[in-house]
Amino acid sequence: MALNSKIPAGPLDKKWETYKSTCKLVNPANKRQLEIIVVGTGLAGASAAASLGEMGYKVKAFCFQDSPRRAHSIAAQGGINAAKNYQNDGDSTYRLFYDTIKGGDYRAREGNVHRLAEVSANIIDQCVAQGVPFAREYGGLLSNRSFGGTQVQRTFYAAGQTGQQLLIGAYQGLERQISLGTVTMYNRHEMLEVVKIDGKARGIIARDLVTGELERHFGHAVLLCTGGYGNVFYLSTNAMGSNATAVWKAHKQGAYFGNPCFTQIHPTCIPVSGDHQSKLTLMSESLRNDGRIWVPKKQADTRKAFDIPEEERDYYLERRYPAFGNLVPRDVASRAAKERCDAGYGVGSSKMAVYLDFASAIERYGKVEAHKQGKSNADKATIYAMGKDVVKEKYGNLFEMYEKITGENPYEIPMRIYPAVHYTMGGLWVDYELMTNIPGLYALGEANFSDHGANRLGASALMQGLADGYFVIPYTLGNNLADDIRTKSIPTDHPAFVAAEKEVSDRINKLMSIKGKESVESFHKRLGKIMWDKCGMGRNAKGLKEAIEEIKALRKEFWSNVRIPGEIKEFNTELDKAGRVADFMELGELMCMDALNRQESCGGHFREESQTEEGEALRDDEKYMYVSAWEFKGESQFEMHKEDLVYDVVHPSARSYK
Amino acid sequence: MNWKDYFSTSIGKKILVGATGLFLIIFLVVHCYVNAMVFWPDNGKHFTDAAAFMGGNAAIRIVEIGLFAAFFIHIIQSLMLASQNAKRRSEGYAVKAGNKTSKWYSRSMGLLGTLILLFLILHLYHFWGPNRYGQFFDPTWKEDNLYNNMLFTFKELWVVIVYLLGCVSLCWHLMHGVASSMQTFGLATHRYKGMIKSVGMIFAILIPLMFASMPVYMHCLSTCMAH
Amino acid sequence: MEHYNMNLTLKVWKQKNCKEKGKFETFQVSNISSEMSFLEMFDILNEQLVAEGKEPIAFDHDCREGICGMCSMYINGRPHGPWHQTTTCQLHMREYKDGDTIVVEPWRANSFPVIKDLVVDRTAFDRIIAAGGYISVNTGNAQDANCLPIDKQKADESFAAASCIGCGACVAACPNASAMLFVSAKVSHLALLPQGDPERKMRASNMVKQMDIEGFGSCTNIGACEAECPKGISLENIARLNREYIGAMFSGSKEG
Repeated sequence: MALNSKIPAGPLDKKWETYKSTCKLVNPANKRQLEIIVVGTGLAGASAAASLGEMGYKVKAFCFQDSPRRAHSIAAQGGINAAKNYQNDGDSTYRLFYDTIKGGDYRAREGNVHRLAEVSANIIDQCVAQGVPFAREYGGLLSNRSFGGTQVQRTFYAAGQTGQQLLIGAYQGLERQISLGTVTMYNRHEMLEVVKIDGKARGIIARDLVTGELERHFGHAVLLCTGGYGNVFYLSTNAMGSNATAVWKAHKQGAYFGNPCFTQIHPTCIPVSGDHQSKLTLMSESLRNDGRIWVPKKQADTRKAFDIPEEERDYYLERRYPAFGNLVPRDVASRAAKERCDAGYGVGSSKMAVYLDFASAIERYGKVEAHKQGKSNADKATIYAMGKDVVKEKYGNLFEMYEKITGENPYEIPMRIYPAVHYTMGGLWVDYELMTNIPGLYALGEANFSDHGANRLGASALMQGLADGYFVIPYTLGNNLADDIRTKSIPTDHPAFVAAEKEVSDRINKLMSIKGKESVESFHKRLGKIMWDKCGMGRNAKGLKEAIEEIKALRKEFWSNVRIPGEIKEFNTELDKAGRVADFMELGELMCMDALNRQESCGGHFREESQTEEGEALRDDEKYMYVSAWEFKGESQFEMHKEDLVYDVVHPSARSYK
Repeated sequence: MNWKDYFSTSIGKKILVGATGLFLIIFLVVHCYVNAMVFWPDNGKHFTDAAAFMGGNAAIRIVEIGLFAAFFIHIIQSLMLASQNAKRRSEGYAVKAGNKTSKWYSRSMGLLGTLILLFLILHLYHFWGPNRYGQFFDPTWKEDNLYNNMLFTFKELWVVIVYLLGCVSLCWHLMHGVASSMQTFGLATHRYKGMIKSVGMIFAILIPLMFASMPVYMHCLSTCMAH
Repeated sequence: MEHYNMNLTLKVWKQKNCKEKGKFETFQVSNISSEMSFLEMFDILNEQLVAEGKEPIAFDHDCREGICGMCSMYINGRPHGPWHQTTTCQLHMREYKDGDTIVVEPWRANSFPVIKDLVVDRTAFDRIIAAGGYISVNTGNAQDANCLPIDKQKADESFAAASCIGCGACVAACPNASAMLFVSAKVSHLALLPQGDPERKMRASNMVKQMDIEGFGSCTNIGACEAECPKGISLENIARLNREYIGAMFSGSKEG
C-alpha cells in the first residue's frame, strides 16, 4: 500500500486554511447518529472527546486509570509553546514552525508542523477561556519564559505544573460533556483490540479492569490518544501504567508504525539509586539555565563534591560546547553525560551520575542581591544566604522534590543527575488528517509519529496534544465521517466483534495458563535493560542485532515461564501488566529493527557508526530523509514503507552547538 | 433551589448551626454581663434590679422564645449532623491520626455540647424554671430574689463543682465554636482568619472564666455568712 | 546521607472485592533500602508474594511523582503517611527504621467503596466535577487570551486552589468523611477568575448538592483535611465555598 500523507496543495501557510474551508461537514442531526470511540483521556484524548461531544457526536471515552484526570499529561512540568509574540521578541508562526522542524533534526513533515504552529495561539486562548490559571505579570497579562532550542520567550506556564493545569482544563470540559450526556466515560477500562469491518475501524474490545469482563463497543471511528511507549525501557519518566497496548494492537491490525526508534532521552533526571527503582523523576529543563554540570577530572574519584577543588572539576559541556554550554539541546546533553560516565568519571554510589551544581549561581545571585541592597562589603555567608533565597524562589519546588527523593539537600550538595527515557517521537503513522492507514482509525498526541521528527523541543508535547484534540480532529474527522452518515450503528453481535473478542479472550487465557515461575515485573526489567543498553542513547549495528535476538529469546521465555497469580474475572493488576509487557516485547524488537535500519544519527537516535571525529551526531539526508513506516506481517516480520520527506520551505542543515 | 433546599444541604444545615451558635454567643455575653453584677459590693442590689428588669420586660420574654428556638435548632441540627457524619465511614480505621492533624475539642463538639446540655438542664432547674413557672402559673408571683437563690444554691459544693465542669465544657466548645461559625459564614479569609482564631480563643477563655467565678464567689460568700 | 537496610512488619488491609469483608494480614519484608520509595517497598513485597505463589496486594498508583493523585494509602493513621505535603509515592523509606511495624489501610469512606485491598473507587469526585466544576465554553469560541487581564494575586490564588490532585486524602483524613476541601478547591479555582464568574452561583449550589448525593459527610471545620492535603490546599477555600454558597442562597437563580 502506498503511503499518502494527504498534505493539501498550495503554499505552506495556506494549506490548513484551505483545508478547513473546503473539507466536508456533517450536519448536526447526522452528528447525533455518529458514534466515536476515544481511547485515552490525556491532553489529546480529553480535548478531542470534549470537543467532539460539544459538536454533537455520540462519544465514548476510555481510560485505564480510575479517573480521566490521572492521565500522564498531568506530569508535564515546564510549559506549552505558542506563537503569540506577546513579548514582542520577534516570534511568529513561521519561527515556531522553523524551530520545531530544526529541533526535530529535519525528520518531520512541513505541512503538519506548520499547522501545529498556526493553531498554537488558539490553544492558549481556549485554555484561558476554560479557566487555566497560567502565570501572569503584575499588569494582569500572561507571562512567558524561554525553553531549550529557541531564541524567543514563547512558553506559557503555570508554575512547574503546566501539564496538570492544562489537563484539568480539558478534563473539566470532558466532565461537562459527560454531564450533558454527549460523552459516556468508561474508567478503569483498557482497550485490547481494534475491531475492523470491511477494512474500516468500527469498534474496540475493552476489558473492564475491575470485573475482568470483556466488552464490545461500536464506533463509526476510533481515536487512539494513548500516549507514548517510553516504558519499553522499564525505567522512564513515564507513569507506571503508561503503555503501548492500544497502538500495538492497532499496529497488528494493519496500522503502520512510524519511526519507532525515535526516543527522547532527557538529560536531567534523578539517577537510579538501586535495583528496586521503579521509575525515574524528571528535574525540569529550566534548571540548566543556572546549574553547571560537571564531573571530577580524576577517574573513580571518591571524594565528596565540595572536597574537590575547582581546578579538579571538568565542566564538560562548557568545555565541549563553548557556544551553548550547559544549554545544549537534550539529546546532546544526554550523550555527553553518558560519555563521561562510561569513561569512568561518574559520581555517586552507582557512578552513573553527574553533578548539577548551583554553587556559582547562588554566589552570582547573592552578589547581585547584596549590591541591590547596598551591602557591597557583605561577607561570604551573607552573600550565600541571599543567593540561596533567590535560587529558592526560582526553583524551590524542584529542590524540595529532589530532597524528598534523595534525602540530600541540593543547596549544600550538588544535585546528581543522569539522562532518562522521557518521550517517544515515534508512533502510529498518520496522514495530515491524523488518520492511520486503516480508514476510521486515528491517532492523536504522543501516540502518533507526526510532528516532532527525531527530537522534540521542550514545551511542545502539550502543544501538540491539545492542537490535535481541540483544533485538528474536529475538522478532519468530519471530513471523513461525511461519507459515513448512512452507516447505521453495527450491532456488536456482528461476527467481526465476536471474532475479535475471542482473540482477546484466547490471549488472556493463554497468559493465565502459563503458570510459570518468573514475575511479569522481572521480565519487564530484563526487557528494559536490553533496550537501554543496546537501543538507548548510543546504538550500533552489533548491539542492535544482539538486542533483537535477546528480545526474541526473552519473549519465548516469557510465554513459557511467566507467573500471573489471581483470576481473569477480577481486579488483577498482574494480568493487566502482563498484557502490556507482552506487547512491549514485540514493540521493542521493532524499535531495534528500525534503529538498525537507520544508519545515520539524527535527533535522539545516535548511531555510533555515524558520528564526526569529535563524536558529534552525523545525519545522512541523502539516504534517510524519510519516515520509516513499518507494517506488521507476522511475528518478528515487519515490512518497511518509506514516506519521503519533502522540504519546500526549510533547507536542512547540520546542527552545531560548538 | 428554593429556600428549603438551600437549608437542607450539608452547608445549609451548617449555616443553621453556625447562625444559632452565634446567637447563643451573643446571649452568653448578655447573660454574663447581667450576672457579673453579683460582684457589685451592694449585697446584690444591682444584680437583683437587673434580673427583675430582664424578668419583667415583655420584649426580653419574646426574645427568650427566640433563644429557646435557637437552642433547640442548634442542638437538634448538630446532633443530627453528628449522627449522620458518624455514619459516613461504616468501617473505621484501625489506626487513627488522633491529635496529630486536628484538635480533640474540634472532633468532640457533639460530646461537649451534650455535656453543656446536661448542665443546662440542671441550671434551668435551679434558676429559670421555678422563677418563670411562677410568673405564668402563680397569680401571687413576684420576681424571685435571684441573688439569694444563688447564695442558697451554691452553698452546696457539689453544685459548684458541676457548674465548674459545665464552664470547662463551654470553654472547649467555644474554643472551636466561635471561629468555626465565622468559617461557616465564610469570614475566615486570609486577612481575618488569624484574628478570628485569636478572638475566638480569648472569648472561649474569658466568658467561661467569668461564669465560673460566680458560683465560686457565691459559694465563698455563703460559707462566710454561715460562719 | 547514610543509607541503611531494614526489616519491617507490614499489616495490610486485604479485601477481595467490595462485597466481601476484609481483614488485616501481616507480612514481613527484609532488606528494604532506606533509598526506596514507600511504593517501591510495596513492589518488593508484591514480588515476594508472586514468588510464593500468592496474590499480590492491589494498590492504586501511576505517575509516582506526586501529581496524578492516584496513590492512596492510609499509613499508620495518616493519609499518605507522616511527611508534610507529600503523596504516598513520594514518601521514602528513610522515614522508618529496622524493626518498625507499619499499618496500611485503604481510604475509608462510604463514598469511596473498596474495589480491592487498598484500591478504592473515587468516581464520586468525577461526578461532583461533572455537576458544575467547569466553565461552559465550547472549543473555538475563545477571544484572545490577553483580552482579559487578571489580577496576578487572584490568578496565583486560583492556581493554588487548582493544584488539587483529587487524591481524596481530605476525605480520608476527615472524621466526617467530608469532601468539602476538594469541592471548595474547585469552586475557588473558578470563582477567583473572571471567566468563572457567570456560572459561580449555579456552580456552588450544584456541586454542593452533588457532594451530598454522593454521601460525603458535612464539614464541621475540624481542619484535618488541610493538615493532610499533599498539595497544601487551604481551609480558606472552604470559607470561600461557604461565601459562594451563601451568595447563591440569597440571590440564587431558578436553576442555581
